[in-house]
Amino acid sequence: MSASPTLLSCRDLSRRFGGLLAIDRLSFDVAEGEILGLIGPNGSGKTTFFNVLTGIYPASGGSVEFAGARVTGLRPQQIYRVGISRTFQRSRLCLPLSVFDNIMVGNHSRLDHGPWLNLFHRAGLRRQVSENFAEARELIQVFNRSLADRMLEAVGGISLIDRRRIEICRAMISRPRLLLLDEPSAGMTREETSRLMDDILEVKRRFGRLTIVLIEHEMSVIERCTDRCVVLDYGKKLCEGTYAQVAQNPLVRQAYLGIS
Amino acid sequence: MPAAISRGRVSASAVAAVFAAGAALFLAVESQRGMLALLLAAGALVVAIRRLKGLRPFLQAASEHEETGALAGVAFTLLLCVLFRDDHFTVFLIGRVLLATLACLGLHLQFGSAGVANFAGAAFFGVGGYTAAILSAHSPIPHIVAVALGGAVSSLIGSLLLLPLLRTRGHYAALITIAFGLLFRTFAEVNDSLGGPQGLKLQGFQLFGWQFNEELAIGPFHGSFYINYVIAAVALLAIAFALVRGLDRSWLGLALDAVRLDETAAAAFGLEIARWKIVAFTLGNFLIGTAGALSAFMVGFIAPNNFTFAESLTFVSIVLLGGIGNAWGVALAAFIVVVLPEKLQILQEYRFLLFAALVIVVLRYRPQGLVPRPLRRYFRGLA
Repeated sequence: MSASPTLLSCRDLSRRFGGLLAIDRLSFDVAEGEILGLIGPNGSGKTTFFNVLTGIYPASGGSVEFAGARVTGLRPQQIYRVGISRTFQRSRLCLPLSVFDNIMVGNHSRLDHGPWLNLFHRAGLRRQVSENFAEARELIQVFNRSLADRMLEAVGGISLIDRRRIEICRAMISRPRLLLLDEPSAGMTREETSRLMDDILEVKRRFGRLTIVLIEHEMSVIERCTDRCVVLDYGKKLCEGTYAQVAQNPLVRQAYLGIS
Repeated sequence: MPAAISRGRVSASAVAAVFAAGAALFLAVESQRGMLALLLAAGALVVAIRRLKGLRPFLQAASEHEETGALAGVAFTLLLCVLFRDDHFTVFLIGRVLLATLACLGLHLQFGSAGVANFAGAAFFGVGGYTAAILSAHSPIPHIVAVALGGAVSSLIGSLLLLPLLRTRGHYAALITIAFGLLFRTFAEVNDSLGGPQGLKLQGFQLFGWQFNEELAIGPFHGSFYINYVIAAVALLAIAFALVRGLDRSWLGLALDAVRLDETAAAAFGLEIARWKIVAFTLGNFLIGTAGALSAFMVGFIAPNNFTFAESLTFVSIVLLGGIGNAWGVALAAFIVVVLPEKLQILQEYRFLLFAALVIVVLRYRPQGLVPRPLRRYFRGLA
């Protein structure tokens, strides 16, 4: 285990939908600065875990501590403000808005929404827009240079792969402490996925102490990028450890391949 | 780049001039044949503009100089008043177009920006009107303050609807506003202090001794007293327009867009959904109420029958026709929706049918409206 302090810690976290326990007494820790892979078959509760963690669904039981403070029971808005940001499994960008606008939605907490600045002090607003524009451009350049020249185009006209990059930029622009990536490579080829992960690692290197929880089905990505993995099956934690340890675990092989 | 800037300004003024000329023709033509010919010509012009690619850079330059276009718009509106100075009815129509635009800017904030349905536009318009009528009849409050209070009371009564509105979505929220609209009309009809079905009369608007109901006379120039109201409406509309366009092109407009397009994603990035809906709904109702108050003074009379559900639908259709989310489109559509039925007397009772058909055609073939929602440009030259 790394010596870094624990950033996120789940204890007996559960979420029930009627008769189904989508997450069943889940307990694990995420250390500050690490990349944790969250893997498991379809329907094992990975995305539900993100939704409970970010307050979209209230937890049915258990607790989550983030940086020492309890965040279970907080609303999504409050959880975003403590520094947890996410992408969605199915893209949730605003297609009619420009690339820049979409990234700025993710920057909500750092923008000044006062009526004075926005309605009457156009020069001040102009400065703030320009600063944010430069920052967003710099961030998106890490992912795709040509995208940086399309900042004022509508997202609806941009390729699906670039939309994923924009979504990741939207989650990162506010400098979160914890980034939740829900299958960033869905629908991408192996090469594109590999490039995307390189880009994410590059951003992490520049940002310093960013912690990432990554849901991913592409095992090569998990193997290359993550420090540790947590394997879920039917909402329960099957095991955790480095990819090499997890891949050797007979329970995991059984869950994934159905070999008894 | 002074050359490029002046080109943009010229383009914007030229676009305003074309619209003003069109408006003048529509207002001037009396014969039904002339009207039909004009409609065909307008249709042909729209097609031509879409086909002519050479116009694109010109229109682009114009769109980047909205302020110039708006100033030209004000100038041309006043010019129209000079042109039709003796014609009460035409000047009155111009005033109605301006006030419908003002009210629909309120709907633009609610419906176009934040996605909050409001099918009770006429009711909030009426709240503003009744407030102005009662305040001007029973209190010494200056009329201009009564107009502002009309907006404020409209916002206040709108806030009664907030609780159910924030707990419902989509069709259900729309139904709540419809119910409120019907309630308001019935209330006005049975309430004697509001004049019952006969309604209330208003005295003429006064501003620092300027009597709006007296014929306008500036030196040798004489004109219809309605020109006074048009001037006041232009002033209010200019303020509202600057406010709405400034809001559209700021972080506030972005927050409203995010709330409208995806509440879940917006909440995940810290946007307080309820707060933004309240801002849009309250501000929108203020504009609608203000328009209603000035309109009551201009018409000189208000009655429950002016604030029916059909009137609310007319406001909504102006926003739909103009292009949901485009303030300029709202102004264009307000002109079409207010003026066309008055001018197409040949169709008599059926003219509203034609108008309903027009809305259906727009929804089917051009759902984004006549002037689609533009991408947000915070400032000229941001790149």
